Amino acid sequence: MNLRLIVSIAKSLLLARLKQTIVAAVGVTFSITMFVTLLGFMTGLNTMLDSLILNRTPHVRLFNDIKPLEVQPIDASGKFKGAYNFISSIKSGAGRKEIYNSGAIIQRINEDDRVLGLAPRINAPVFFNDGAIEITASINGIDVVEEMRLFHFNEYVTTGNPIDLKNVSNSIVLGKALAEKLLANIGDVVQLTTSQGERFPLKVVGYFESGLLDFDKTQAYASIGTVQKLLGKDKSYVTDLQVKLNDILLAPAVAKEYAILFQTDTEDIQTANSQFETGSRVRSIISYTVGITLLVVAGFGIYNILNMMIFEKMETIAILKATGFSGNDVKRIFMTIAMTIGVVGGLAGLLFGFLLSSLIDQIPFNTAALPTITTYPINYNIAYYIIGVTFALITTYFAGFFPARKAGKVDPVIIIRGK
Amino acid sequence: MSEIILESRSINKSFHDPVTVKILNDINFKVNKGEFVSVVGKSGCGKSTLLYILSTMDTDYEGELLIDNIKMTGKTEAELAHVRNEKIGFVFQFHYLLNEFSALKNVMLPGLKLGKHSEQEVEHRAMELMKKLSIDKLALKDANQLSGGEKQRVAIARALINDPDIIMGDEPTGNLDKKNSEIVFDILKQLTIEFKQTMLIVTHDPEFAGKTQRVIEMEDGRIIRQ
Repeated sequence: MNLRLIVSIAKSLLLARLKQTIVAAVGVTFSITMFVTLLGFMTGLNTMLDSLILNRTPHVRLFNDIKPLEVQPIDASGKFKGAYNFISSIKSGAGRKEIYNSGAIIQRINEDDRVLGLAPRINAPVFFNDGAIEITASINGIDVVEEMRLFHFNEYVTTGNPIDLKNVSNSIVLGKALAEKLLANIGDVVQLTTSQGERFPLKVVGYFESGLLDFDKTQAYASIGTVQKLLGKDKSYVTDLQVKLNDILLAPAVAKEYAILFQTDTEDIQTANSQFETGSRVRSIISYTVGITLLVVAGFGIYNILNMMIFEKMETIAILKATGFSGNDVKRIFMTIAMTIGVVGGLAGLLFGFLLSSLIDQIPFNTAALPTITTYPINYNIAYYIIGVTFALITTYFAGFFPARKAGKVDPVIIIRGK
Repeated sequence: MSEIILESRSINKSFHDPVTVKILNDINFKVNKGEFVSVVGKSGCGKSTLLYILSTMDTDYEGELLIDNIKMTGKTEAELAHVRNEKIGFVFQFHYLLNEFSALKNVMLPGLKLGKHSEQEVEHRAMELMKKLSIDKLALKDANQLSGGEKQRVAIARALINDPDIIMGDEPTGNLDKKNSEIVFDILKQLTIEFKQTMLIVTHDPEFAGKTQRVIEMEDGRIIRQ
């Protein structure tokens, strides 16, 4: 009952000063709009830039690195114990690049419930023969279906159908820049030579655009079977196992575990791409800072308007107190006014923020580097809307608190006498 | 022996800024139920200051104040607000209606605050009161559309809404022309006669005071005649 009365008084005071109220609410609306839009846009860009790398980077990669033995035979031999070894130019062992016992490892990893999926891959250096010119590139033998599911391979194939790699025998997808160098159109046959000197014709079924030009100049994709054939290896030959986990944060731990378990080299995504995470974080911090600054400024706007309103309404406050409203009641009336401005302004801000975001989402954004993007990216994460409205309520609460407290302390005698 | 509604026991008050000046000096008096009392005195004699103390709005004094035989001195601000709401009705010199509300809502507000009756009942009571003061036609007008005399009658209706023990007035006719003054006085007089309503009115109008039952005269912060 009392609350209803307080709300109805607050409402009358608000309506009596509608213009001021609207100005205060518009301040909040504007800041929330900008906050939501800014964060949506920033994180949209962040996600896009990150996904450029992160989407196709395995969370954990298993491979066999070429490196010299850590314990050289001469050190292992007891004969030279205590002697100084000065043999230089030691070569790395002629170890195989393939992962040993890959079939069993694949089966074991697929049984791990932290793992979302696994795509085997063969990476081999090749030369493309373009008349007299040889172009160095590397060919990736991939499991097309898994690669599409886990690493969005299809998004980067801008011309042609990626599944053709699997369905058309001896087919290849070329990096767009590489294809331009080779003057290879879809359906053309390109010649390539492996490092063993074998020469193969492969049919071009698509172009690949990753967004990184240098990458596109040197990469080509074929099915894993084709590459095994190219290299003259059997069905179990794979050089990389790419694992995608359910939770990316587990990657370092899983990488360590697999290194010991499978006796291979492993690399986790955090180590491989640490700079991306840093960049995203800095960008997020900047957007939050700007957004919160906007809200604080809006808070000062509310503070000013409420202060002014209290000066204007001194008589009203005095008469309310004289007729039996306590200081707390008066405080609540002005808090209700502040919170109404906050809630109405905040909700309108969310709506306008959403509309502005949608508008930005429609603006064309075409860049050669990002073939899959046609408009500016926006992240519509509900979390930003929740953060925005929460902060709006907190700022208006504090902006209203001090003026309301002052209103509560108004001494009616001074006002009534003073006339 | 009639019932005592308001009692002032040796109330003293001083202002300390910039030098200590004694405003009220040992004020002792009682008001019985149903009395129509006026407080008169020259400007600056402390009669308004006394009224604000008696109305519980000013708590910065020495001595004791009892309303309805309950000690007011030392109560918290919220408790005093409740006392004002329930037991005291105010009529000020400058009407002091809330301009944001209609006349009816102005009358209703203290009743709604008290929360003893439902909103419909309070509205009904407010309409009855306004009818009695023949201002029921003005009920839905905004407060700032009313004339001075009308405002004062609305203020009286507001003062009556919670059936207060006492109505206090600070120069209720001070700002009105002769005709309206008379109307307001007649209303107040009628209230004491018909409803045994206790009145304590501060005025500097000797004519007004002369028509009341009892006159308390003040000079330089003292009661010189009661």
